[in-house]
Amino acid sequence: MPAPVPLGTVAELRRALDSGATRSRELVERALARAEALEPALHAFVSLRRDAALADAAEADARIRAGAPSSPLDGVPIGLKDNLAMAGEPCGCASRILEGYVSPFDATAVARLRAAGAVVVGRTNMDEFAMGSSTEHSAYGATRNPWDPSRSPGGSSGGSAAAVAAGVVPLAFGSDTGGSIRQPAAFTGVVGLKPTYGRVSRFGLVAFASSLDQIGPFARTADECALALDVVSGHDPRDSTSLPESPTRCREALDGRVAGLVIGLPREYLAADGADADVLRAVLDAARELEKAGATLREVSLPHTRYAVATYYLVATAEASSNLARFDGVRYGRRASGARSLTELYERSRSEGFGAEVKRRILLGTYVLSAGYYDAYYRKAQQVRTLLRRDFAAAFEGCDALLTPTAPEVAFRLGERTADPVRMYLSDVYTVSANLAGLPAVSLPCGFAGGLPVGLQLLGRAGDDAAPLRLADAYQRRTRFHEARPELVG
Amino acid sequence: MSRIGRAEVERIGHLARLRLEPAEAEALARDLDAILRHVAELATVDTDGVAPTAHVRALATPLRNDVAVRSDVSQLVLAAAPEREGDAFLVPPVLEGEDEG
Repeated sequence: MPAPVPLGTVAELRRALDSGATRSRELVERALARAEALEPALHAFVSLRRDAALADAAEADARIRAGAPSSPLDGVPIGLKDNLAMAGEPCGCASRILEGYVSPFDATAVARLRAAGAVVVGRTNMDEFAMGSSTEHSAYGATRNPWDPSRSPGGSSGGSAAAVAAGVVPLAFGSDTGGSIRQPAAFTGVVGLKPTYGRVSRFGLVAFASSLDQIGPFARTADECALALDVVSGHDPRDSTSLPESPTRCREALDGRVAGLVIGLPREYLAADGADADVLRAVLDAARELEKAGATLREVSLPHTRYAVATYYLVATAEASSNLARFDGVRYGRRASGARSLTELYERSRSEGFGAEVKRRILLGTYVLSAGYYDAYYRKAQQVRTLLRRDFAAAFEGCDALLTPTAPEVAFRLGERTADPVRMYLSDVYTVSANLAGLPAVSLPCGFAGGLPVGLQLLGRAGDDAAPLRLADAYQRRTRFHEARPELVG
Repeated sequence: MSRIGRAEVERIGHLARLRLEPAEAEALARDLDAILRHVAELATVDTDGVAPTAHVRALATPLRNDVAVRSDVSQLVLAAAPEREGDAFLVPPVLEGEDEG
């Protein structure tokens, strides 16, 4: 069966819905049909929500017909990563330990999306518990990159990235703990936003590393990501780390003007021995494009960058080992049968339920928090985290945004890195620092290398999600890389 | 020199409530050793007098008003339990045969 044609952007769908040229039911039908047709090739989804999505769409159609759409997202089909809770739907984190688990509640971000009328069509594949950079560590098998199915879409939110890149949905959500939105966005040629830490409530996002995790959107354009952030952001009393601020109004800040903005080029991220030459060339061309648009470029230094990946893997695994202690076979998820003691129940349920990468990280985190190693590893990493934050504070004294590659390379081949965890971790070298420092960062397509998309990363000051989005939007108004679509899926 | 061996991985596994097969523990010891070698470079960073960052936001524990609110999810929460008895989660004996190494 040929896949139906890709869906357009949120803005295009909005116009078509409001003019009566189409209905939400039709868009949802098309999204579901395209998802099903592409599933054998891509495996972007772990589950689809057919009848319930069509029922939601019918309600959206009634609102739109009455001339009272709830929001710019009303009636628009979206995808959700499998770690975002939605009442009555599975929330499995692509893990065996949560097989069959159905969430009794909505994540705050999901509740806001539903209140805005967005129609969830399916749950997207991911690395188990968001631990990975390739979507290969999924209990349900790897997602493939729409630009080349022999390659990874990146990870851990690879399913959401692939679904948007393949035109199944115009908008999908993921989570980013060390690059899990931005790196897959780069690998699949779409836009991915990790908001400022605390901008989006983490309530209902299954916790991986709580001081780093943020929910964020994928779309083809920065404009749609800004719109999505405006919908899901804002203080939530159920997440005491959420910023005590109203929802953002980023979209109205996108007027294409960047004159007066100063963009820092961190020399450690642009060194010739870091990223692939083709990636660097595309990223520096993008910097010059923004300069032509009126922004000022300035070289800056973030001297502790080389320690970021090590710092990240100590902090993130320590937090993960603690967060994942909740999976014990008692209250939800997989339970080993026939255990004769509580300890045996815990050990067997967890050993049977967790995959290899999750075990590796729980063990590393437990090790670095254990007596005798805490100071040498965990406390040391927290101190270096302070130095990384100081680097950014100094750089942002003279800049409004920083410009870097999102990843040092284009999408790598499936299977190429799974045997070498350290090499896999190093694909996050340019993304982890934004999480450690709590900064907003967006990845957007800025060219191709060997036929594969190259990602440009723009970082902002903590709290200033608008600046990187504004630059990204201005860039997309002047270029057409985001309009390219992978051939495989038409 | 290896930083971590199979016996250490098994000890940590018990702390993390993970039961590891011998071959699995062997492989994990190799992986963790490689990771620890990579992160060892942090030891070269001068962090004298640098305060650790546990969190990027200055966290205080907020108090909410002491007001009762209705929550109707208890049955849904219990329904997700693999084994329950009435309104309780069912577990094997907690004390009998316990081994808290």
